Amino acid sequence: MLVNYKGKRMVRRLGGGLVISLLLAFIVIPILALFFRISPAQFIASLSDPMVWDALVLSLVTASISTVIIILIGTPVAWINARYQYPGREIVDTLIDLPLVIPPAVAGLALLMTFGRTGLIGGFLYGFGISIAFTTLAVIMAQIFVSVPFYVRQARASFEQLDQVYEQAARSLGSTAAPTFFTVILPLVKSGLIAGAIMSFARALGEFGATIMFAGNFQGRTQTMPLAIYTAMQGDIDASITLSIILILISFIVIALVKFQLRRDVRC
Amino acid sequence: MLNVSVRRDLRDFSLQTDFSVGKGETLVLIGENGAGKSSLLFLLSGLLSPDSGHISLDGQLLYDSRTRVNMPSEERDIGFVFQNYALFPHMTVFENVAFGLRRRKVPPAEIRSRVDENLALLSLQNLSSVRADRLSGGQRQRVALARALAIDPALLLLDEPVSALDALAQDRMRSELGSFVRKSRIPCIAVTHSFRDAASLGDRIGLMEEGRIIRSGTLSEIMAGRNDFLNRFFCGCRQDHCHQ
Repeated sequence: MLVNYKGKRMVRRLGGGLVISLLLAFIVIPILALFFRISPAQFIASLSDPMVWDALVLSLVTASISTVIIILIGTPVAWINARYQYPGREIVDTLIDLPLVIPPAVAGLALLMTFGRTGLIGGFLYGFGISIAFTTLAVIMAQIFVSVPFYVRQARASFEQLDQVYEQAARSLGSTAAPTFFTVILPLVKSGLIAGAIMSFARALGEFGATIMFAGNFQGRTQTMPLAIYTAMQGDIDASITLSIILILISFIVIALVKFQLRRDVRC
Repeated sequence: MLNVSVRRDLRDFSLQTDFSVGKGETLVLIGENGAGKSSLLFLLSGLLSPDSGHISLDGQLLYDSRTRVNMPSEERDIGFVFQNYALFPHMTVFENVAFGLRRRKVPPAEIRSRVDENLALLSLQNLSSVRADRLSGGQRQRVALARALAIDPALLLLDEPVSALDALAQDRMRSELGSFVRKSRIPCIAVTHSFRDAASLGDRIGLMEEGRIIRSGTLSEIMAGRNDFLNRFFCGCRQDHCHQ
């Protein structure tokens, strides 16, 4: 009986190990394939390619701006939806989540139909000489559109998890809403907010479909890293792989940072 | 003097109370879990609004449904010790106790001296720079008390004020709380499940049942007319075991 029990346990372990190994292999082997495809010398040489450099700088700058805007607008929205009941709150939440499931190309087309020269709002703005589509601003707007739910969802969850007794204690001690928010609530949820911001940043950095539809693919102006990877694929595969490796490294750092941040929350 | 006559519909019953607490007097509220004791403290502190009635403190209206006065919690000058302490975990003991004074724009030198004074009162001087999330249960309770007392409250609300302390510290704390309330001549309301708290802190004891204070009086008056809950309370079937 004892042998039989040990045998079953071993089968379970082997089965579990096999499933995990298969999944890991499916994810890790294609990533490693990129690293094996070019030598370190080729990687460094590609870094000096103006297209690679332009795409890298543009991606980092636009994704950073998008993330800051998302934090500034998304934090109060997440707070309101976490703490207050109002008619249509669930609808608002659903609409904010919508970009998560909309195909990015559809998002890009929707933005073009709104802010393009003949779009709903773009047509009006064009009358004043303002053109948004196919500019760096369009890249930022596309990134915000697709990545804002990542931040708002995480921020809302963080606010909801925070015990309201801290706000109550602060109020009973004479603190009004704004000081309570900045001195008590924000420090207590900052790990969750930072994790959400990092996820948003990563999504913005990897954005492709909405950007190419709404902002086009112009080197130095709208050609972000994913677009440059796509463009380089047609000619310089080394540049394409270099950019891909950079994106993978950033993604890895992002996941590590998010996990680290989410473990740092304190409660009392 | 605190005058209260409020009504508020809660989930299972309607909380309806009518009582006064004099300056330097402590009213201890006892009763089963869910009788509305903590809800009453929330109503008085302004963290929960009554449906109707009035609350006045030293002649000033805090709430009056007739004239639609409802002073915000942050303006009521009420020291509130919450059941789970509600210390700000990211702040040090000093910052926690100084929090209410900073919100009142008290000068830094005065903040320092008042915080030090309150920390000394509760034997917390050595923990001044320790973060609140590093404290033991008893230490947290003392910091919560120091924080509530530091603002020189006009009314003190205590929800299980000494439950996390050891027996010796409980006795000391009850005596210090009692003398603080009498010396500062403020009304105090304490919610407790402890017979010792009721006996040593309470000038008056109020027995709550389903949102109403069904009996009120001194310890001997309350003990004279026992019911099932009081028998259990006084005979020690709860936290303090036997007190006969």
